[in-house]
Amino acid sequence: MYPLQLTINGKAHETNVDPRVSLLDLLRENLGLTGSKKGCDHGQCGACTVIVNGRRINSCLSLAVSHDGDEVTTIEGMASDDGLSPLQAAFVRHDAFQCGYCTPGQICSATALLEELERGEPSVVTKERVELADEEIRERMSGNLCRCGAYNNIIDAILEVAEARA
Amino acid sequence: MSEHPKGLIGQPLDRVEGPLKVTGQATYAADWRGDEPHLIGFIVESPAAKGTITALDTKEAEAAPGVELVLTHLNTPKQIPFGERNDDGNFAQSHAMMRTDHVRYVGYPVALVVARTLEEARHAASLVRFEIKADGDAIFDPVANEKLAEKPDALDGAEEVDTDTGDFDAAWAGASHTVEAEFHTSGQHAAAMEPHATVAEWDGDRLTVHMAIQILSDARKGFANTFDIDPESVRIVSPYIGGGFGSKLGIHNEAILAALAAKVTGQPVRVNQHRRNVFSNGPHRSRHRQRLKVGADDHGNIVAIHHDSLAAMSRDYPFAEAPASPTRGSYATKAMHTQHRVVEADIPKVDAMRAPGEAIGTLTFEAIIDELAHECGVDPVEFRLRNEPEKDPNSGKPFSDRKMRRCLLEGAERFGWNGPASRREGDWLIGHGMAAAIRPNMMMKAEAAMELAPDGRLVVRLDMTDIGTGTYTILTQIAAEAMGIAPDKVTVELGDTDFPETCGSGGSFGAGSTGTAVLDAAENLKADLLSRAAKADRDWKGVNSKALRITDDMLSLDERSLPISALDDGKAISAKGSASPGKAHENMAQYSYGAQFAEVAVDAVTGEIRLRRLTGVFDAGRILNEKTARSQLMGGMVFGIGAALMEESLMDDRYGAFMNRDLAEYHIPVNRDVPRLDIHMIEGFDANSNPLGSKGIGELGICGAGPAIANAIFAATGVRVRKFPIHMEDLMEKLPPR
Amino acid sequence: MKPFNYSRAADDKAAVTSARGQGARYLGGGTNLIDLMKHEIEQPDALVDVSRLPHEAIEETGDGVRIGAAVTNSALAGDPIIRERYPLLSTALLSGATMQLRNRATTGGNFLQRTRCQYFYDTQRACNKREPGSGCDAVGGLNRFHAILGASEQCIAVHPSDMAVAMVALGAHVETALGEGSGRTLPADALHRLPGDTPHIDHQLRHGELITHVVLPKAAEHQLYRKVRDRSSYAFAVVSIGVAFDLLEGNFMNVRIALGGVAHKPWRAARAEEILEGKAPSPELFAKAADAELAEARGYGHNDFKIPLMRRLIIASFGEMTAKQENAA
Repeated sequence: MYPLQLTINGKAHETNVDPRVSLLDLLRENLGLTGSKKGCDHGQCGACTVIVNGRRINSCLSLAVSHDGDEVTTIEGMASDDGLSPLQAAFVRHDAFQCGYCTPGQICSATALLEELERGEPSVVTKERVELADEEIRERMSGNLCRCGAYNNIIDAILEVAEARA
Repeated sequence: MSEHPKGLIGQPLDRVEGPLKVTGQATYAADWRGDEPHLIGFIVESPAAKGTITALDTKEAEAAPGVELVLTHLNTPKQIPFGERNDDGNFAQSHAMMRTDHVRYVGYPVALVVARTLEEARHAASLVRFEIKADGDAIFDPVANEKLAEKPDALDGAEEVDTDTGDFDAAWAGASHTVEAEFHTSGQHAAAMEPHATVAEWDGDRLTVHMAIQILSDARKGFANTFDIDPESVRIVSPYIGGGFGSKLGIHNEAILAALAAKVTGQPVRVNQHRRNVFSNGPHRSRHRQRLKVGADDHGNIVAIHHDSLAAMSRDYPFAEAPASPTRGSYATKAMHTQHRVVEADIPKVDAMRAPGEAIGTLTFEAIIDELAHECGVDPVEFRLRNEPEKDPNSGKPFSDRKMRRCLLEGAERFGWNGPASRREGDWLIGHGMAAAIRPNMMMKAEAAMELAPDGRLVVRLDMTDIGTGTYTILTQIAAEAMGIAPDKVTVELGDTDFPETCGSGGSFGAGSTGTAVLDAAENLKADLLSRAAKADRDWKGVNSKALRITDDMLSLDERSLPISALDDGKAISAKGSASPGKAHENMAQYSYGAQFAEVAVDAVTGEIRLRRLTGVFDAGRILNEKTARSQLMGGMVFGIGAALMEESLMDDRYGAFMNRDLAEYHIPVNRDVPRLDIHMIEGFDANSNPLGSKGIGELGICGAGPAIANAIFAATGVRVRKFPIHMEDLMEKLPPR
Repeated sequence: MKPFNYSRAADDKAAVTSARGQGARYLGGGTNLIDLMKHEIEQPDALVDVSRLPHEAIEETGDGVRIGAAVTNSALAGDPIIRERYPLLSTALLSGATMQLRNRATTGGNFLQRTRCQYFYDTQRACNKREPGSGCDAVGGLNRFHAILGASEQCIAVHPSDMAVAMVALGAHVETALGEGSGRTLPADALHRLPGDTPHIDHQLRHGELITHVVLPKAAEHQLYRKVRDRSSYAFAVVSIGVAFDLLEGNFMNVRIALGGVAHKPWRAARAEEILEGKAPSPELFAKAADAELAEARGYGHNDFKIPLMRRLIIASFGEMTAKQENAA
């Protein structure tokens, strides 16, 4: 067992882990944060996406022990006392999910995406500079599979929030 | 339609469970945590198909840290043999696991290693040693084994297995234009984002399972028939399901294994199928070979249709998909012959996947209809209009409500249809194509219960499920409108066998069937409320229940009002309702309809195919929630894109093993693959369908999407591909790079 | 996943020391290693975490650029110098995987990712790469994604990296550390190897040798990376191509071509380069170069199409790049 300290959704955690435990399983099994979902456990679907030190990653492909000292934000940390985050609310309004299983990953992904846009980070479809357009968001959200096919509505939700921030 | 006031039903209400889903608070099967910690089970799969376990050594695994049990055929509790007690169908039959030393297919469980943590169980699973002697006569590929083909006893959807109308040979011989082709569609997996998961716990002879399941009542019988116990002693809880698409209609291997292990250990056991498990420990759609022949006369009128299908059926698990079913209701013809055959194979369960029949049947049939229109020199939209049937071509029954013409015409209008046009933009070859969509409309039995509390809160309970279809929301709307109560005062509780029995989610019958049961419960509750009100206050005698309103803790009607607590001494008042298919489902041909129009771009250098536009116009009767209905159609269309261009479960026929069993290699569409989908729903009300006037919508969007894309690829490239999915290499060498 | 010891290295020396044991492996972003460890295809008994070593800089070095091995794929792809001067590399990186994976995957680790061959991944099937001597089920099996160049009867797997193809096309060099301040520099196109009789060995690095930096030479004037795939995103290449060259008085100079999805390594198209070098662009020349490169290409059934596909891709890529030149002139 290895000692591990990390901050999750603003709260400090100290625990001991089997080094084999993925960050996803640490959240779900050890800490009871079952919002992050396991869809493939191999970085092929995006359902486990969380934000670590400001960047989105697949928590299934990361050993918990390698995150000592990191700051993790999960779907449980998105809403505030004031209610749903703008993205969460937009997802509901635009029906950007059906079964809801990929949704925590989609929202974590989209939350980090908004920061990436602000920092001007490129995607493969970016030309000179990042523009708020369908194709740009679709490419950036392609790491989050949705078998219910809510993709169009996910784009609408993200564009609405991104435009309000711009 | 003025007798159906525009109320809550139909409104684009946000999903009532939406806030739970966007905050991670909706508890799916693997999220459920009870009072006791769960043991975790991990499946050890057989590498061989159809054989016998000849050696088994579990000592090393048993000695590994954290391991509590290694379950094998040597220590499984008593079960009824797999496949027995099939009177109520596949889902309810025994699903026994590891009952004997016999292995049924590649991926079949040889052992379940149960430990305190996933890490311990997963590693110990690699320490189980075994040998399997293959019988050597396993069958995998239905086409290569066509000589073993049989007529199945029944066809999915309870259709006739074969049909014959008119004199096909004569009609075919007399046709002026004919097209004949053999199509191959690949196997497919539903690939719901949530892998199958079950937590099982026994209390004496009572079994409680938290699992992901579409139809609770059948699953309950399935457990009962497997363990030889009373269905009443099985409780299933399934409030949230991470996608079904048919894959969770019935119970699968992890569910039985969890229950077996829980029985042996006396502790709750959770088994999550990992993604690779899902490809063999859950169901799939068989690969099919379909042969089609269609002929038309000089005027472009269809005179002859032949559609036959050959697929695999998993041994001891009777299920035969019906690709020719949509063909039977599509076009007027002089003669039609349809036929379905299966080869029993030693492969994982073959079962219904979203739009069974239509998803692959319209894919091929609407592609060959496009070819026939082309042969006749008639525009594909005009060709379909010309061949619209007056009555069901197969049964001769009248159609209940068929707005196919409007779908075709409005779709063409919205898309800007100008024939199967093509053009070139740089390296991109652009083409337009279209197809018609048709899907049988079904109604099933369902029951529902309602309870009105004195504080004015209404709870609706039934064992229906919401697999992303919007059931929580539409039942809220139906109950609220029927009871004259605000939707935020209504709580719909689903997914628990303690609630009244329903048909569950499947076959696009859930909303209409369970919505009708809720409507009936509301009528009964209102009648009871009014009779109680009349007893309490004679002003309430003989009033019209339609005007009844419930506001806060008061019942009101026009000028009258009465506290709910006065109706039954402050107790809650409850009622039940039910639904069952009426005569109109026997006497009429009932379908949902649509027309889809696609624009594709094909890279002239590589043959890469990208969808640019897809327009779908649909007739699904009355829309119960404009927002969730649109999402259902949208999701179906995305499934159609996948079927046309990427989805294929590839089996290595030397071993009977699916090889691309993960989400990196089994491709479903990603966000960038899906352009803006243009969706239009034609307003309707099919009174023959159910009292709500709705028709099935969950599978309709798939129908027609794939063939519209295939037909657009033909327009773009001049290449007819008769296998699905269509890959770049099917086109590349036939394209002019410059 | 087999139990293992975990340690985090403070510097290169400590890392190399910790990784001496035969069963030790370096852990970078982990996006491939952890994937394979869950399947017990990789079974290290010690993981040395090198993701926090101080190799996170991208520095200009005269004409070129020196990239720390721990730089993530997303940081590298978005770096202004890389975007401006090495668009081939930026495009290749951004064509690969997803933002989530690129945020973890490192420059060093990306080179060392293992094949996606499904027979390698499926521990129930024969694979000489996973289990030497067990055979190759991909030959005679489902091999649509497999090699057409440089394969052996023992292995027809392909290297999956987009980045490595770009690095070879750009003429990158890899710097390594190997105990007591020793280390070496080797060309990116010499890092990987062909399968031969020992397909379980992917590359030329010795046990415990750690990639610390990647050095890019002066950027070519003309660059292109093109990936052909079944899905429009989040899919491994069916095939890909990286091309870099200068033009001197209308003739090709310093032509470098790397092909992806065709071999056990990023395939340096040396024969094609030789035919193009010093010549004036023309469609006939491109065809000649493509034909020369693919002269010994061989398909295994499902992947036969890759031969004409790659031919068309080479011709079209040069056509596109030189047409642009004409338009600009």
